[in-house]
Amino acid sequence: MPEAIRIRTQTQGDIAEIRFLMNHPMETGQRKDERGQAVPAHFIQTFTLTHNGKVLVEGQLNTSIARNPLFALRARGIRSGDRIGVAWRDSRGEQRQDETTVP
Amino acid sequence: MNALRRRLLATGSSSLLLAPWLGTGLLLPGRVIAADWNRPAFTARSPGEALRAYGANLPQESREIVIGAPEIAENGAKVDIEISSQLPETRSIALFADRNPMPLCAALDLSAGVLPWCRLQVKLAESTRLRAVVRTADGKAHVAFRDIKVTLGGCGG
Repeated sequence: MPEAIRIRTQTQGDIAEIRFLMNHPMETGQRKDERGQAVPAHFIQTFTLTHNGKVLVEGQLNTSIARNPLFALRARGIRSGDRIGVAWRDSRGEQRQDETTVP
Repeated sequence: MNALRRRLLATGSSSLLLAPWLGTGLLLPGRVIAADWNRPAFTARSPGEALRAYGANLPQESREIVIGAPEIAENGAKVDIEISSQLPETRSIALFADRNPMPLCAALDLSAGVLPWCRLQVKLAESTRLRAVVRTADGKAHVAFRDIKVTLGGCGG
């Protein structure tokens, strides 16, 4: 089971900044382990950011996104008590989704 | 798939339409269906090829797009990049690193209400030119560039 996504929101007036950290090795497929064996590529390919279940952002990613990457996005119309969700799916078909409530 | 998904979303929960999809795993409750990964664009080996596959063949250079990045990245394994656009009706933002083995790093589609701004963390193999490509609602593609020096590459190791 992949580790939980950490989601934080910070509201300033009408605009909310949403930061989320997706714990993932993001293996490029080019790295070698201690024994000199190539580590196969394993990376998040798609993610979705939602607001009360409605899609805000759909992202597609490559192996060149950093390990355990942090993303930040900003949106209007997000209020206290709203639900912000993030879901990802990786190159092996593993998935994770988490949700937070705007403070 | 994408067009079909849009149609499915547009027609809402018409049970007749959705019936063939039940049990396929595409309609698991509470799960948002993500768009298909654009394999040709992400696995392209040159910036030109990646831009073409992404559907932004000859983007117009724009001063309305700004790439924020360190002048020198000590460690290419995690480099913070910020992209903002002042172009009206920005619908998508994509980041390319020309000298990475596969230049297209990320492509984000923004819904209405999302500000044309993002921050992300990428790996850079070596010193490179970055390109941020923004698509607007009229279908036009725009681009901005920024060069970045990388002391220690972040792809191998």
